[in-house]
Formats: sequence, structure tokens, C-alpha cells
Amino acid sequence: MAIEQIIFYCFAGVLLFAASMVITVRNPVRAALFLILAFFTSAGIWLLLEAEFLAMTLVLVYVGAVMVLFLFVVMMLDIDLAPLQEGFAKYLPLGILVAALITIEMIAVLGASHFGLDLVAAPIPHAADYSNTKEIGLLLYTVYVYPFEIASVILTVAIVAAITLTLREKKSKSQNISEQVKVRREDRVRMVKMDAVKPEINEHQESKS
Amino acid sequence: MTFEVLNMSLALPEMFMLAMACTILMVVAFLGKNSAKMAYVLSQLTLAVTAILIYQSFGDSGVTFDGTYIKDAFSDVLKLTICVINIAVLLYSTSYLKDRGLFKGEYYVLAIFSTLGMMIMVSAAHFLTIYLGLELMSLCMYAMVAMHRDSMISTEAAMKYFILGALASGMLLYGMSIIYGVTGNLEIAMVAQVIQAGSLDNTVLSFGLVFLVIGIGFKLGAVPFHMWLPDVYHGAPTAVTLFIATAPKIAAFAMTIRLLVDGLGDVQQHWQGMLIMLSVLSMIIGNVVAIAQANLKRMLAYSTISHIGFILLGILSGSQEGYAASMFYALVYSIMSLGAFGMIILMSRQGFEADNIDDYKGLSSRSPWYALMMLILMFSMAGIPPLVGFYAKLTVIKSIVDINLISVAIVAVMMSVIGAYYYLRIIKVMYFDKPIEQEELQAPTDMRVMISVNGLTVLALGVFPGSLLAVCASVFY
Repeated sequence: MAIEQIIFYCFAGVLLFAASMVITVRNPVRAALFLILAFFTSAGIWLLLEAEFLAMTLVLVYVGAVMVLFLFVVMMLDIDLAPLQEGFAKYLPLGILVAALITIEMIAVLGASHFGLDLVAAPIPHAADYSNTKEIGLLLYTVYVYPFEIASVILTVAIVAAITLTLREKKSKSQNISEQVKVRREDRVRMVKMDAVKPEINEHQESKS
Repeated sequence: MTFEVLNMSLALPEMFMLAMACTILMVVAFLGKNSAKMAYVLSQLTLAVTAILIYQSFGDSGVTFDGTYIKDAFSDVLKLTICVINIAVLLYSTSYLKDRGLFKGEYYVLAIFSTLGMMIMVSAAHFLTIYLGLELMSLCMYAMVAMHRDSMISTEAAMKYFILGALASGMLLYGMSIIYGVTGNLEIAMVAQVIQAGSLDNTVLSFGLVFLVIGIGFKLGAVPFHMWLPDVYHGAPTAVTLFIATAPKIAAFAMTIRLLVDGLGDVQQHWQGMLIMLSVLSMIIGNVVAIAQANLKRMLAYSTISHIGFILLGILSGSQEGYAASMFYALVYSIMSLGAFGMIILMSRQGFEADNIDDYKGLSSRSPWYALMMLILMFSMAGIPPLVGFYAKLTVIKSIVDINLISVAIVAVMMSVIGAYYYLRIIKVMYFDKPIEQEELQAPTDMRVMISVNGLTVLALGVFPGSLLAVCASVFY
């Protein structure tokens, strides 16, 4: 067995373990951490395929940015897990049946008999000065310029949709600089004369609240 | 390295629409609060000019952007219909949106971007473009469903739509990647060429095909992948339901034709069986479950499922006549559902949704003209002769009789008889029941005119179906 194969099976094994842990662990923070592990191992597999640029992007963008954001959200939201796990036992038999069927079919089709190295050859190794990034850049801005543009439109829509759904304030948040400059003390500060007394506590209201 | 200048003029309608969508976005951003009216006018203008651009370029065809974009008669006809239908959709929606505080510029920005997504899907010659167009269209629609933030039921509908839509996209992508793995190509024409040359691993190809069909089934809303459809149609604000029930179905139909017929036409015997199952189940479940619905939007959602079953009939026949028949059906269906959901909006007013069947009691005594329009639309959906729905059903059923699938044809006919029951029930409620309320209809004039035009179009196409049938046929021969 070549060294590449050993590395592949190590990465693939860890990837499968991490992916199944993502959906089975109870704690969402741990699930997010396992997802990071899954990203790292798939980046490793991509490196084996000589897709260095994609592997680095996966680590930088997904692990570095997306997952950190994800962890923030998970930590800030108070997720009640009990209702999420309701009915788990009820749907389990059906779920296992479907999963087993799909797995058997996938093993039958995606195994070595259809995708073995004799049928689909491994990529030819390139010289050390071969730039993966340059090749992707060349293709992305020439052959795939149309899909590239559509992807940029999708990102625009994503931000428009996100703002539409979350920005609910009536007034605009834009600055009016001349108004800000013209502001006087009287507009902002109001002096109130009052005696330093402790307010009476209303017993009735207290019990109500 | 030589650089070939791309023939961008073929994609002029899409480029114009993108430029205008960005313009509208800027207008909305800078005008702030009062931008909705302006955005509405600009959107209508955009759709109209795009329609003109498409109409003027009829007859030109070609592939550009390195085989990712195709312009042919098929895409021209469908894109033109999408633009025209969306003009009507936006016209219907204004008063509904105003009454519910949803009349905002962003709504129109999303609607135009979504239309752009549909046009990209229709003109896709590449798996990547199909997928990206689909995502662009769907992403806008998820946001539009969720826009009514104070409504619990809309939010729930948006959540279901988003999760199931993402799942369906995943299935579709997996299928595409398997097919890429076996053919080594993403360009649809090249995939077809490789398959035609033979010597491919058929097991892997059918494996990818299964996932493609599942993805298509989800997007069309065919049984057993229909679960999201009634909930989304019911939960979304009616104006958004109107939007997602009409033009996107045409785009999904185009996607089906591009993937299954253009790309995998040579393995038609593999997908025919799958489509027969989807189609028969959709017709049975759609029509039978629709009978039990008390909510008109839910009923129309199940009726959509059954119509999807009929559209699939034409595709599975694998003949040119069949493809033309199902294209005719898809166009006619979108016109009919435009009218039906338009009626719900026409009947509704502030604080009243008019989406229960009981709300239509005695409509004929309240406003006989609109009751007549609803009668035309319902008769047409049921497939009763002088109306266009009849020809749509006739041509698809004829196409499967031609390939000797008599048993499927018998199921289709039986199901359209069962389906007639719930359409006729609406008519019975409108004409023979006592009205519950006497409130006048409050719709503005442009909407009243539009619904009349819509109803009369269904009638006129029913009396003279020849021209539209000829257009659909000319696309495939």
C-alpha cells in the first residue's frame, strides 16, 4: 500500500467519524468543533488530489471565518434541545431503514468496481513549480466568467435578503452631517432640578411584577 | 493564448435585467422610505423592456460564454412568458402588499432578481448555470416568503421552504457531480454527446440520474417530494404565493427539459419509469387530497401537485409531441394559476385574507362578473371543453396514448374526473349558496381589468388554442 493510500484512509476515517459526531453529539458547541475537524480532514483529502488552493481556502474561509461566526451564534443563542430531540425514537426505525438502503446502494455503485483506479486514473502529479491557483484564476475569469458573475449576483441577493429580513427599524440609519454639526447643547441635554429622595416603593405594584 | 471575444449580445435581456435590478436596488437604498412606488414602476418597466428585447431577438440562436449560455426558440418563448406573467403578478400584488405593510422597495428588488434567476435557468446550457440560476431564483423566493415577519405561519413556511429547498439543491448537485464523474463533462450538449457515444458505465449513470430526478421532483413539487408545497402556499402571503406558483413552475419545467431531454435524452428508458411513478402518484394524491381542503390556497396547492403530474406525463412520453404538449400545459397552467391566485387577492382586503372556500359563498350575487371569471378559471383547471385547460390535458394524454401507456392514460383521465369535483365545488359555492357578507370588492381598477383580461385569455386560448400549440410544437421540431 502506497503512502498516499494510508494517508487517504486516515483522513477519510477521521472525516467520517467527525461528520457522524456532528449530527449525534448533544452539545451544539461540540458539534461545531467536530465540523471544524471535518473541514480540516477534507482539506487534507483535497491536498492529496493536488488541489492546494481549494484546500487552503477551505481552511481559511470555512474554519477561519464561517465556523468562528457559527460558534459565536451557537454560544449566544439559548437553544433548548429538548423539543429538538422529541420524536427521535419514533422516527428512528424509519430513518435507519432509509439510511441503510441508501448506504447499501451507494456502496454497490461507488465502490472499486465502478470507480477503481483502473477505471478512473489518479491525477498525474505536476512539477513543483506548477501553480494551482493560477490555473483556477485563468479558468474562473475566462471560461467560467458567466457562472462567476451569477455567483456574485447570488451574494448580492443574500445580503439584500438578510438586510430586508432583519432591519426592521422605521427610521433610516444614514448620517446627516450638517445636522450633526449644527447641534446645540439645548437639543441634547436637559437639566432637571429634583430633590435627592428615595422613591416610595409601591407594595401592590411590586407584587404584581 | 488567444482570447476570443464573446458574443454577449445573445444574453442582452439578462444583462439588461441585471443592470436594472442593481439600479432599482440603488434607488431603493437612496430614496429610503418612499421608494416602493418608484421601485414598482421601475420593475414593471424592466420586465416590459426585457420582454421587448426577447421578442425582438426571436429567431437568433446560439451558444455563448464558453458553452454555459444557450439561446434558442425554447428559451425565447419561455423567457417571454416568464416576463409577461411576472408583470401581471406584480400588478396583482400591489394592493395586497400595501394593505399589509409589505409594500417595500426590497420586495421588488427580490422579485426582479428572482426573475433573473428564472431566465438564467431557462437559458442554461451547463450544469453550473442551471444550479446557480436555480439558487438565485430560490434564494429570493425564500426571503419573499419570510418578509411578513409578524406572521408566525409565514415564518414557518419560509423555514420549511428553505430547508427542503436546500436539501433538494443538495440532491441535484450530488446527481450532477456523479454524472460529471462518469461523463467527464458539465456542458449539457457534451454530456449528451458522451452518452450517445456509448461505452459508459450505465450503473453509475443511473445512480446519478436518480438523484437528478429527486432534485427535479422536489423543485417541481411532485409526489413523494411534495410535502413542502401545501404548507408554503398556505403560509406565504397570497401575493408571494402568486409569485412562486406561476413563473417558477415554467423555469422548473425548462430545467427538467434541459437536464433530462437535452442532457440525458439517450437514457430516456431509465428515467421514463421514474417519471411514471412521480406522475401517477402526483395525479392521485394531488387530486384526492385536494377534495378534503377547506382552505382555497391549500386546495390550489394540491391542485398544483396534480397539474405537475400531468406536465410530467408529456415529458415521460419521450416524443417531440409529448415535450411540446407538456410545454403547452406548463404555460397554460401558469396562466390559470395566475388567475386563480389573482382572484384570492382581488377578494381580500385589509385584515381579511379571503382564502377560505366559504368566503366565496354567493359571489355571483355580489359581483357576477368576477364570479364568471372564477368560473372560467375553475372550469379550465378542471379541463372542461371550450376552455384551454381541456386542450392541455388532451394533448398530454394523447402523447402517452401514442406510446401505448394506456394504463397511465386511464389513471390520468380518472383523476381529472375526480379533480373536477373540487373545482366544481367552488362554482357551486359561488352560484348556489347564500352570501355570508355583502361587502363590496375593494380592488383598484387596474387589478379588475387584469383579472378580466386573465379570465378572457383562458377563454380565448380555449376557443383558439392553435397558435399557442403551434408555438410549442415549433420549439421542439
